[in-house]
Amino acid sequence: MSLTYLEAIREAQAKLLRDDDRVFIYGQDVGGTFGGAFKATKGLAKEFPGRVLNTPISEDAIVGTAIGAAMQGMRPIVEMQFADFSSIALNQILNNAGTHYWRTGMPVPITVRLPSGGTKGSGPFHSQSMESIYAHYPGLIVMTPATVEDAYTMLIEAVAIDDPVVYCEHKYLYYHLKAEKLPDKGLPTGRARIAREGRDLTVVSYSAMTQESLAAAEELSREGLEVEVVDLRTVKPLDIDTVLASVARTGRLLCVGESFPWGGTTAEVVARVSSQGFHLLDAAPQRLNAKDTPIPYHPNLWSAHRPNAKNIVAKARALLRE
Amino acid sequence: MLLVRTLEEKLVSLYRGGQITGGVYIGKGQEAVSVACGLFLEKGDIFAPLIRDQAGRSAFGEPLIDVMRTYLGSRLGPMRGRDGNIHRGHPRNNELAMISHLGAMVSVTVGTLLAKRFRGEKNFVGLTCIGEGGMQTGSFHEGMNIAAVEQVPLVVVATNNHYAYSTPNDREFACDDLVERAIGYGFEGYNVDGTDLAACLDVIGGAVKRARAGRPPQLIVASVLRLSGHGEHDDASYVPEEMKRLPFARDCLKVAEQTIVDRNLVDSETLVEWRKAAVAQVDEAIAAAQKEPAPESEKEDWCALSTRDLVDHVSEDE
Repeated sequence: MSLTYLEAIREAQAKLLRDDDRVFIYGQDVGGTFGGAFKATKGLAKEFPGRVLNTPISEDAIVGTAIGAAMQGMRPIVEMQFADFSSIALNQILNNAGTHYWRTGMPVPITVRLPSGGTKGSGPFHSQSMESIYAHYPGLIVMTPATVEDAYTMLIEAVAIDDPVVYCEHKYLYYHLKAEKLPDKGLPTGRARIAREGRDLTVVSYSAMTQESLAAAEELSREGLEVEVVDLRTVKPLDIDTVLASVARTGRLLCVGESFPWGGTTAEVVARVSSQGFHLLDAAPQRLNAKDTPIPYHPNLWSAHRPNAKNIVAKARALLRE
Repeated sequence: MLLVRTLEEKLVSLYRGGQITGGVYIGKGQEAVSVACGLFLEKGDIFAPLIRDQAGRSAFGEPLIDVMRTYLGSRLGPMRGRDGNIHRGHPRNNELAMISHLGAMVSVTVGTLLAKRFRGEKNFVGLTCIGEGGMQTGSFHEGMNIAAVEQVPLVVVATNNHYAYSTPNDREFACDDLVERAIGYGFEGYNVDGTDLAACLDVIGGAVKRARAGRPPQLIVASVLRLSGHGEHDDASYVPEEMKRLPFARDCLKVAEQTIVDRNLVDSETLVEWRKAAVAQVDEAIAAAQKEPAPESEKEDWCALSTRDLVDHVSEDE
């Protein structure tokens, strides 16, 4: 049996619905026989009647409703049809869910699933990566699984956490990643993973960029250059200790993210490594992000807009020459 | 109503005396509507009050001292100095803590009711308040629509106090009567004269009863004039004098007092006694809250997550 990243997300939700009466799924087109725009909830409405509910196109009210249900002891999973549309729900996620524990002492255990990132032909409004926006605000945990196994165990963990979790699942990985079986347990939440060991350069990445970084590392290894790839897994909390330990081994840092370049997760990693591990660095730390334009539709433009194995290789080579 | 009016007048003088940091937002002129919102709710019901709902909060059971603790920034209050004035709640007692973004609490209230339904509870309702200003937000529209889609037992009490801060009705909306929106949302809608306590009790009480009995969600639109500024920093000089003479500008408290005296329900001496008792109660709450400790930045738990081991240690750089 082999499962895709998308099927792992479906399986995680099936398990959650099976094991925990407090769980329900709330979102556009998730119910009925349709099972979501990407089929992440396919068959679940039939298997769990009344617990996988279609909603109006009202992102603000979808999250608001989930927040209220969580206050009363439920564990809602919200599916945003696309991460991009969560901008409509920003207020509820940031100002309501994110502040509630701090203000009142009562945490709000919602999980908001964001189908994130680019696929060719999706254009400016169906391709965005929002993790850095959510990570910027207090009170939220932001997950960015890069493997089938993590997609499964981290979603189960997200629902178990008492605080609000933004779970960024990557649409490109949905069909491109496969695993033979699903694990019962993953690394603890908040712990980064060494996805590939190497001595020459640390590439810090997350979500789909981990896969691009691994492909780049493979190519560079043919030239005798050994790249260590760190998969952050959660961008908040950020496991800077694992990153620093890697940089201590390699002396060089490249951080790769699919979001827009101004600020964001890659900037945060570079800032923390520079201030906490400046003495470890043999060269100025570098970042690679998407371009500072909206995300283009045409494949020729899209493939040049975001980082990929090819330009990670080029950036890594330049950094290794320093 | 009397207690709350006394309380809020005291808050205003404390504010003017520089003893309250931040703002003071009172519900003067809206007490009849608001008190009716709190009075018909029972244990297990949900109340999501808004800015001008001190009367409803008190009727729902919020301790007077928690009002003073929040305004005066006591560490022992429900918000512990982390949020102030009307941004308080006791979510474990089903009094939700509003955020400033208007309309956002409608869908949150829907969610609490959905959870109760999931758990198989019976005989519950939720009530949330809004103004005609907040009724114009996208969040409000989304919340109303989803309430009707979910058919939860919700009552939304909207008070048209004729001003969104300084903006009058004619720049807020263009429909003839806000209650007509009820039909578009899939609610049952009723108007009420918000200056008439008996009418408020009747109409809001009836709506709570209907929602509890499984009728569609209920929208009540009450008409009053805000008898204060938006906050106490605002002298409301933009309200024209002639508007203050219109029927909806009556002071609901004065009307109620006059009515009970006219009907010989109480004599005017008893009314004086009530006022004295209210002052004593408010003074006692203030004196108690003033003795309580303020939050201290060095001792503060600067942590926005309940899951301690998932806190990001970004601040350690500083």
